[in-house]
Amino acid sequence: MNAIERASPALAAKSDAKQNLEVADNQVTVGQSFTDAPKMTMRNVNVFYDDKQAIHDVSVDISKNEVIAMIGPSGCGKSTFLRSLNRMNDTVESCRVEGEICMDGENLYAPKLDVVELRARVGMVFQKPNPFPKSIYDNVAYGPKIHGLADTRVDLDEIVENSLRKASLWEEVKERLHQSGTGLSGGQQQRLCIARAIAVSPEVILMDEPCSALDPIATAKIEELIEELSQNFTIAIVTHSMQQAARVSHRTAYFHLGRLIEVNPTEQVFTMPEHELTEAYITGRFG
Amino acid sequence: MQATNILILILGLGLFAFYLGRGRSLAVAKPLGGIRHIHSLPSYYGAHVALWCALPSLLLLGLWMIFDDLLINSIVLKSLVAGGISTNAVGDGLLLNKVANLAEGVLPRKGEAPAMVAAADLMLRLQVISRWSLTALMLTLSLIGFGWSWSRISSTFRARPRVEKVMEKLLLTCACVAIFTTLGIVLSVLFESIQFFRSVPIDDFVFGLDWSPQTAIREDQVGSSGSFGAVPLFVGTLLISAVAMFVAVPVGLMSAIYLAEYASKTVRSYAKPALEVLAGIPTVVYGFFAALTVAPFLRDLGASFGLSVSSESALAAGGVMGVMIIPFISSLADDVITAVPQSMRDGSLAMGATKSETVRNVIIPAALPGIVGGIMLAVSRAIGETMIVVMAAGMAAKLTANPLDSVTTVTVQIVTLLTGDQEFDSPKTLAAFALGLMLFVVTLMLNIFALQIVKKYREQYD
Amino acid sequence: MTEPANNLQKIRKSLSRRNRSEQRFRWYGRLAIFIGLAAVSVLFTDIVSKGHGAFRITYLQLEVDYDQSAIGVDNLGDPKQLVQGDWQAIPKLALRKQFPDVSGRSDKRKLYGLVSNGAGFDLKDRLIANPLLLGERETVWLLADDDIDTYYKSWLDGEPYAARLSDKQVTWIAELHDQGKIRLQFNSNLFTRGDSREPEQAGIRGAVMGSLFTLLLTLILSFPIGVAAAIYLEEFAPKNGWTDFIEVNINNLAAVPSIIFGLLGLAIFINFFHIPRSVPIVGGLVLTLMTLPTIIITSRAAIKSVPPSIREAALGMGASKYQMVLHHVLPLALPGMLTGAIIGMAQALGESAPLLMIGMVAFIVDIPGGFSDPATVLPVQIFLWADSPERAFIEKTSAAIMILLSFLIIMNTSAVWLRKRLERRW
Repeated sequence: MNAIERASPALAAKSDAKQNLEVADNQVTVGQSFTDAPKMTMRNVNVFYDDKQAIHDVSVDISKNEVIAMIGPSGCGKSTFLRSLNRMNDTVESCRVEGEICMDGENLYAPKLDVVELRARVGMVFQKPNPFPKSIYDNVAYGPKIHGLADTRVDLDEIVENSLRKASLWEEVKERLHQSGTGLSGGQQQRLCIARAIAVSPEVILMDEPCSALDPIATAKIEELIEELSQNFTIAIVTHSMQQAARVSHRTAYFHLGRLIEVNPTEQVFTMPEHELTEAYITGRFG
Repeated sequence: MQATNILILILGLGLFAFYLGRGRSLAVAKPLGGIRHIHSLPSYYGAHVALWCALPSLLLLGLWMIFDDLLINSIVLKSLVAGGISTNAVGDGLLLNKVANLAEGVLPRKGEAPAMVAAADLMLRLQVISRWSLTALMLTLSLIGFGWSWSRISSTFRARPRVEKVMEKLLLTCACVAIFTTLGIVLSVLFESIQFFRSVPIDDFVFGLDWSPQTAIREDQVGSSGSFGAVPLFVGTLLISAVAMFVAVPVGLMSAIYLAEYASKTVRSYAKPALEVLAGIPTVVYGFFAALTVAPFLRDLGASFGLSVSSESALAAGGVMGVMIIPFISSLADDVITAVPQSMRDGSLAMGATKSETVRNVIIPAALPGIVGGIMLAVSRAIGETMIVVMAAGMAAKLTANPLDSVTTVTVQIVTLLTGDQEFDSPKTLAAFALGLMLFVVTLMLNIFALQIVKKYREQYD
Repeated sequence: MTEPANNLQKIRKSLSRRNRSEQRFRWYGRLAIFIGLAAVSVLFTDIVSKGHGAFRITYLQLEVDYDQSAIGVDNLGDPKQLVQGDWQAIPKLALRKQFPDVSGRSDKRKLYGLVSNGAGFDLKDRLIANPLLLGERETVWLLADDDIDTYYKSWLDGEPYAARLSDKQVTWIAELHDQGKIRLQFNSNLFTRGDSREPEQAGIRGAVMGSLFTLLLTLILSFPIGVAAAIYLEEFAPKNGWTDFIEVNINNLAAVPSIIFGLLGLAIFINFFHIPRSVPIVGGLVLTLMTLPTIIITSRAAIKSVPPSIREAALGMGASKYQMVLHHVLPLALPGMLTGAIIGMAQALGESAPLLMIGMVAFIVDIPGGFSDPATVLPVQIFLWADSPERAFIEKTSAAIMILLSFLIIMNTSAVWLRKRLERRW
């Protein structure tokens, strides 16, 4: 613990065989957490499950149209943090969020804010593809329908086609739009879920390990897709694969035991990490 | 109670045999240097001897109990015929009953035909013979079985596999009791129904519009046309079940949804068992409640609106039945709703759907097969429910769809036809079995179909 | 594709409508729960409010003469005299003494109607217990007639129900009340006597004993058979058509209407095997077949919950499959099986429809003493009393229901307790 308390990166600790993976209570995030024109800003975020604290005092910005990757060993709280960005944690009864999470300057946890509106603006893609047991068409049309975005059938058709095209799924499914979405392959299902998310034109898309249940080829497709999507959307992606983070993201945030250790441009994180824990992680000394 | 004594005797013998067999195996093992030198543990040798001692004679006892009455009756009947008493197929049972009553001294012997008295004596004699020969045979069998298995005990005798094989057969027999029960149900209702359909044509029964079994008491009216038309009963049953479903489905479904999707853990942990209390209340209590509280209340309520509500209205019986079925539907629906994976909910909520939109558009469609299956099981239960309708619904078969009117149901008629002292072979009692057959077939089909749906549904999310 | 800003406007516009519909839906749910809970509480309040009165019953205090000549008995050791004696004469005499100015046949009959028809027999039992009382005089509390009981209770509650009483009877009761010679006492008859046509003398002892014998037989038969079947299906059954067939049968039997089991009992046990009607043996057999599916299904669940690692450990030690089941699986699964058995027994205790079919619905005064004595069971007794026209039986029926429900509550809570206490969580 004492080795880490030093604010500067302690390269001396590298040679220390018995590396200490504990984090100090007053750990400060190193690197470039804050940006000039942020889309979302998080300040001193703490998340608790009952009395157990899962996230400690995290402050970070996400800027418009950037892809930010969140990495870290399993159980480090990166998924919990992601889920608090569109208040999906509300569905967990014991979960409590403290601190300030804002989008365009508006506090997401303000009492009068409607989560329905929030989630329409901040979409989410989950770890395991979860298409509804409905047709492909109905899966994509679900969001526009419940939000009343399409006035006519033609509008709806257009939204569905556009979303499927953006998710590069259109060519594969245009002949069988009315077959069940659960009949697709895993990778197609995940792209369907992405299409479903972008059908309501969210401003931010959260992705919670979107490729962890997929094979390498499907993963490559999704990664390609993320790159395309980043032109229009702000994307926050949690991944357990460092290579993936390196491939798709502009900035990378490293989480460790519920604390945000380091945020830096992806290239820097993977070539010369500022913090020794980050370095230990990306060089595979634990994981 | 002779059979019970024999049973206890044989079981005692079996226990005794167990200890003897075990003792002998120990004796065999001792000179060899301990029980590790014999094939099985001593208790298996004991069990082997005990099984051979008890099982064959118990099997004999079972067979004897099935067949001795048949045998005695046929001998007695022959003697009656020889004694000049005329019988016919229908009268056989009655005649034998009378002889049996004479033999047991329930009926006075004075004034009976000598042939009857002789037959009664013959029956008594035969019963004594049967009992003693049974006892003798069983004891002999036990001793033979004991002696044989006793003599086989040796260090190389494989007692354990043999005992285990027999045990497995015994377990299989226990599992097959379910099949025997179904078979028994099918045989008993089918056999009597066929007899019934001999006197009343099956299409008159299934499509007839007039039900008045009471008219058939007189001999010359047996099977007279129209009096056994079951359509009013079917309609009545359906009407009451429909009222019950009208109450139970929305309430049960909505409470399941609320408990599964909205209620906090604490509310759920109190409300769920509280609702399930309704399922544990005996139906006779619901019947009492329907007949003495709900029906008069509805009648008075109707009267205050100028409506004439029968005091045995289908509404009262069906409404209370619906209350009884609420927990049935809510717990089945709760099961299938909670079986819908959380990822479905997350997917929908993350799209910005409200909870109710999620429930209506994602969860209910996903859980639909399970819910439909549950509702079908509930319908089958409503159709077969007896006590509530016996106590709160009417007796008169009326062909009406008005829930304020009084109707009767299949189960009510089965009960009224079969309670009280009836000659068993009269068309009236046989009609009850024909109704039972209908009830069994309909509920069986509903159950099989529903269980199939529910099973498929479970597999989908397992 | 629509623009985000445009979308946002549309979403915002729809919000209030959607939130209203969300609230509505939530209220439907609350309403449904409320209806269910209200039904539970209305039912219980109704039964308790109707039945609580039955635990107390009206007694009259009278000064009785055990007058040999009036009864026609001078030797209590003579059974013939005991049978022929006019025991009801004792309360009649006492009543006339209490109200000396009553005359005329119909008035006298009304007067005699104050006490129960069975009061004379109660006094007879008292005499036999204390033979020295013969010829003596004493003040005793005698059971009142059911109409008097109904009236007196309603009068005490301030809403007198005098429909079945004459004006004279009403004044007599008021007189007795003023003299402190009429009062409510604990109704021990309810617990110590069998059925009776007279509501004030009817008790549930016979039905409780009948239920006890029937359930005992059911338990003795269904628990071992059910557990054996469950063990076979879970541990030994090969995966083949026959096993599937057994399973389909069990699941279906669990959903077959109970009255069908009554038909089975009537056709097979009574008409084929000639077991007499109305006895706990037939009742027990029918209920066994009925509860077996429940017990098999819960026992299977209990066996299934024993983790496979335990089985592997036992087999790995060289235990045979039977030793594994007997020594390891069964003890671990037993609490779950017992819970299932209790639930099955509770179900059997409340069941009445199939028992109507096999003649357990007869009017039986004597308290059954064994498995082959004619008997009825508690729920059927409730059914019989509910059918009786006497107003006093409503109270009795509700009281019997309260007793039945308390048995069921005890059984079910003990099942829950057992499950919480003994069941292991893996």
